[in-house]
Amino acid sequence: MMEITEGSHAVAEAVRLCRPQVIAAYPITPQTHIVEALADMVANCKLDADYITVDSEFSALSACLGASAAGSRTYSATTSQGLALMFEVCFNVAGMRLPIVMSITNRALGAPLSIWNDQQDSISLRDSGWIQFYAEDNQEATDLHIIAYRVAEDFSILLPAFVCFDGFILSHTYEPIDILSQEDVDKFLPKFTPYQRLDAADPISFGMYATPDYYLEFRYETDCALKRAKGVIQKVGKEFGTMFGRDYSALVEGYRLDDAETAIVAMGSICGTVKDAIDEMRDAGKKVGLLKIRVFRPFPDDEIAQALSKVQRVAVLDKDISLGSKGAVALEVRDALYKTGIPVKGYILGLGGRDVRKKDIKEIVSLVEKGIGDQFFGLRKELL
Amino acid sequence: MVDKAIELFDCGHRACGGCGAALAARLVMKGAGKNTIVVSATGCMEVFSTPYPETAWKVPWIHSLFENASAVASGIEASLKMQGREEKVVIMAGDGATFDIGMICISGAFERGHDFTYICYDNEAYMNTGIQRSGATPYDASTTTSPSGSCSFGNKLPKKDMPQILAAHGAPYVATASIAYPADLMQKIEKAVRTKGPCYVQVHAPCCTGWGFEGEQTIAIAKLAIETGLWVNYEMVDGKVSKVKKVVRKPVEEYLKTQKRFRHLFKPTRQDAEIAHIQSIADKNAEKYGIDIKLKKE
Repeated sequence: MMEITEGSHAVAEAVRLCRPQVIAAYPITPQTHIVEALADMVANCKLDADYITVDSEFSALSACLGASAAGSRTYSATTSQGLALMFEVCFNVAGMRLPIVMSITNRALGAPLSIWNDQQDSISLRDSGWIQFYAEDNQEATDLHIIAYRVAEDFSILLPAFVCFDGFILSHTYEPIDILSQEDVDKFLPKFTPYQRLDAADPISFGMYATPDYYLEFRYETDCALKRAKGVIQKVGKEFGTMFGRDYSALVEGYRLDDAETAIVAMGSICGTVKDAIDEMRDAGKKVGLLKIRVFRPFPDDEIAQALSKVQRVAVLDKDISLGSKGAVALEVRDALYKTGIPVKGYILGLGGRDVRKKDIKEIVSLVEKGIGDQFFGLRKELL
Repeated sequence: MVDKAIELFDCGHRACGGCGAALAARLVMKGAGKNTIVVSATGCMEVFSTPYPETAWKVPWIHSLFENASAVASGIEASLKMQGREEKVVIMAGDGATFDIGMICISGAFERGHDFTYICYDNEAYMNTGIQRSGATPYDASTTTSPSGSCSFGNKLPKKDMPQILAAHGAPYVATASIAYPADLMQKIEKAVRTKGPCYVQVHAPCCTGWGFEGEQTIAIAKLAIETGLWVNYEMVDGKVSKVKKVVRKPVEEYLKTQKRFRHLFKPTRQDAEIAHIQSIADKNAEKYGIDIKLKKE
């Protein structure tokens, strides 16, 4: 059913349809509308879940960890400082192979304090073992939550997943969204069956410590599982497409890329702006295309190499920076294209909510054509 | 009644000979029974009981992090409730995880009123990392981060009153216990586990390695702590103190002399003022809880 609704509310509806049994969350801007909507559903018996109003994000994810280990489907949502506070638990959840799904309304990290959008928060957790989806619009953000549970809970994967969508830009924007029916989602996402659980009838120990004789293999197997998630995402994304008409089987998605000489690589809501800019550049005779990264972890290196094999140059847009180095996406795209010799330039932009417009994208294309890049873009020189 | 003959914390773990915490785990599990899910905080007990791929726990057991055991337990309890399951949730954490780093999670979980029992095995310092001072370390104890020295008598800070803090959260049942009184300890655990809501039991568990005494002295030293009034066994039901263990008090010196962590109070010279101060702590305990048995005159 199509509804004109706010991104956060659409995501809350999708989460409700996934029937989480335990929700633990702590309020933080711009995540609040999601968890408020879920609390309202629980208060009005529209969602049969235990909603734990925890003392911190650290406790939120810790409570989800316990609930997941005890055998429940669990959900949390956070952003920015909240995600940073969860850092330790994030690694723990992935290491313990618990399929928790969490929404990230992407927001900048302080200092200085900023409540506005960039993707530094989830990018900073790239090494934690969580699957990371990035949505371009609210329909995608909504659908990806349902897909995320299927992938995370697959017995060949058993890893947690972030569904990232840009704070305010998506979370607080109203768009027409197709909200699926409970009956349809139940067919796509069966009742949660834990692979193992804490159970007095069948006692097992979770979260033991590993000596140097064992630790390396635990890390290897977690890495293997995360890489296996590629295939499962492709399969589950295709199945979603067959059932609901929106295919998410591609880890990366090209836009007017077939004959492109210059490719822009981006993640999240900025892709919409890039597409509009590309349309205008195409009208002006420039052969420019977009490669949107929907799944950042596992990193789709082969898929990127294949999609960009025919372009002459690549401009990567990063709403993050590995301070002292470069943008995280640019570094990994360059690694994926290393063997091809195609030049890759990175642009750090939009941090802390700085607006990125079509003319900025056009300017970046002219910069990459001149071989200028690996720099911040859009700095206010008068402040420096 | 829980069957006390069943061992749910098995032998073969890696604790030191004479470890008070290992004995506490064994007794706690006898009191809790097999229909229990245990959540451990990082610490000595977690490390000596679960070196992968071996475990000493014959009940379902989980360890996540140092400071989040009560938040993990909150999630487990919520999950069990949603599944209509009846298992009891018991947290086992040391004093560092309880008095210091876990406080925010503990406060949140007790305020929310989850149905679990939190056991703090109190060995009065961070033993797993090498005997550093915690909020549970007693006055004048020498630890590796509060060492006695030419201008220090060791830890200058008082022991935090966790039972009172948790009673103030509205915990329906709070108790202190000691491994030297196993029947009392098991009874308190059983009562805590049976009581709905968040309950807290703080168990005095001497550490031979950290306190500096021979392993066969563990029980005797735990008993001396009670007999000198430096540890008081009591219950708090709905915040009211009851069932205080009464004693014919011995001077604190008898307890202090048994442990290397207090050796600097006696050697190279006897520190009368410091010993008198520790005696005053015991005297205050005695007055506050009314532990003294008044002997009738012949």
